[in-house]
Amino acid sequence: MRHEGKLARVGPEGVVPRRRAQGGDDQTCTSYYGLPVINQPVWSARDVAGYLFLGGLAGASALVGAGAHVTERPRLARSAKLGAAGAAALSMLALVHDLGRPARALHMLRVVKPTSPMNVGSWLLAAFGPATAVAAASDVTGVSPVLGDAATVCAAVLGPAVAAYTAALISNTAVPSWHEGRREMPFVFVASGASAAAGVGLVLAPAGELAPVRRLAAVAGPTEIVLTKLMARKMGLAGEPYRTGRAGATLRIAEVCTLLGAGGALFARTRRAVALGSGLALLAGSALERFAIFYAGLHSAQDPRYSVLPQRERLSRPPDGTSR
Amino acid sequence: MTRSARIFSNGQAVAAASGYDGAPPRVGFFTDTSVCIGCKACEVACKEWNRIPEDGLTFTAMSYDNTQGLGADSWRHVAFVEQVREGAPGDLAGAGRVRWLMSSDVCKHCTEAACLDVCPTGAILRTEFGTVVVQEDVCNGCGYCVPACPFGVIDQRKEDGRAWKCTLCYDRLGAGHEPACAGACPTESIQFGPLDELRERADRRLAALHGAGMVDARLYGRDPDDGVGGGGAFFLLLDDPEVYGLPPDPVVTTRDLPQMWLHAGIAAVALAVTVAGVFVGGHHAP
Repeated sequence: MRHEGKLARVGPEGVVPRRRAQGGDDQTCTSYYGLPVINQPVWSARDVAGYLFLGGLAGASALVGAGAHVTERPRLARSAKLGAAGAAALSMLALVHDLGRPARALHMLRVVKPTSPMNVGSWLLAAFGPATAVAAASDVTGVSPVLGDAATVCAAVLGPAVAAYTAALISNTAVPSWHEGRREMPFVFVASGASAAAGVGLVLAPAGELAPVRRLAAVAGPTEIVLTKLMARKMGLAGEPYRTGRAGATLRIAEVCTLLGAGGALFARTRRAVALGSGLALLAGSALERFAIFYAGLHSAQDPRYSVLPQRERLSRPPDGTSR
Repeated sequence: MTRSARIFSNGQAVAAASGYDGAPPRVGFFTDTSVCIGCKACEVACKEWNRIPEDGLTFTAMSYDNTQGLGADSWRHVAFVEQVREGAPGDLAGAGRVRWLMSSDVCKHCTEAACLDVCPTGAILRTEFGTVVVQEDVCNGCGYCVPACPFGVIDQRKEDGRAWKCTLCYDRLGAGHEPACAGACPTESIQFGPLDELRERADRRLAALHGAGMVDARLYGRDPDDGVGGGGAFFLLLDDPEVYGLPPDPVVTTRDLPQMWLHAGIAAVALAVTVAGVFVGGHHAP
């Protein structure tokens, strides 16, 4: 039952002494009847890939909110703060929903544990979520501007960490297409978060205050695309799922959306409809990017080739201590 | 030892490093697959003692193995490999060319355990025996340990949402008994004892097999210098690890975590600088 659906991979003859799993690069691999070496992530795509998107959006939006606040762009500030607070709240809902025991969500805060990015992230969110909520509530209601200012600063300080730590979270696993991207993943994630935050600004804020987020879109969108390609290329075999199958297809749509959004943002100075369309495209691009990365990891976890072949290669290398 | 090495690694004295004073000797399993007969008594004894629920009666048709792998409800798994060796001498019916490999897989109780490292609640702990155990009253089913394990051992039980795996019969150890699987094994393929003794015994067994011409025999998980600091449970295998579904060179993911935190930190700063830049850059106009 556990590996339901994977057995189709076993030949009909039943007797497969050393199954040669076929690879796209003509690399074959010995495995135990084609079964995966690692157990499959149990996270749901909607909750966890969705959280990767929302967390990046929230973290970068908190920064945009503070920047707009300081440079006196009140409408952009309010849009970004609302975006951060909404995304942070949805993030926490998604994370609790994904737990096998949601009633035990607060067990995340039993310990402080730097070896667990999920634990570190729980502490980050425990401070960041309320800060974004207070910042947004104060902005909208006008109640206690001092507290609102403090919350805005607090959210802006924690925001970058919230946007970046999730890369360490998924890379810190034995899933080949996540672990092998560990060096570049944080940069991909913050670029994706910035791109989404620019999208929130473009969708919600009026034309007169859009200059910073238009610039942000122009920088973050292309950066997200280029860094993702670079990451997949440097991963070796584990980069293959980023080019093929469901992950590859999702990634290609994400690239188109992000490019359209970033390009559109350049022309969004006066036309509200262009700003709206560009913002939505950036949001879609960022979200699809996270789903593509999530799917790539699932694909690499299912096929023993991605676990076995790089390890075999490592064993056959002379032990000179060098690693990429 | 550097500061980060102290946080991210516990050395070989696992129980002492986890704060136990006067801990008993570290115990584990030496599974000698050269004498395994694939009877699956270990699977059954484990299920019975630990009251593990039934998890499907699938007929896989791939070999005499319908369990398929370790998971939340299979804490011992007997891999059954049927090899047809081309070119080997055999009679008309093919007898002699076929070799059966059987191996009872189990949680490795790693010296550097990824599941324990990544567990955000502290539900997974190191016991005084040096084993790795999930506290079922603490686990909140976050699922992080599942893809963290390089061996595919721990998994989430769908029915109750929590993560489960071999406890090396923590309850029996405390009462001075050996784990249920070791007690049930009819050929002493599964040997339980202090890890130091098991390692010496395994070395002698390997030498004997090599002396008998079984040159493919090798120990797996015995080396304290491997990617997980050696296993508390280790194996004598007769073929490459991947033939049995085991990773050939597993490395605990948290060895790379200091690098991941560094890169995440740099990325976070880059994000802050970039956003600041788009606000100060250009002129304050639409």
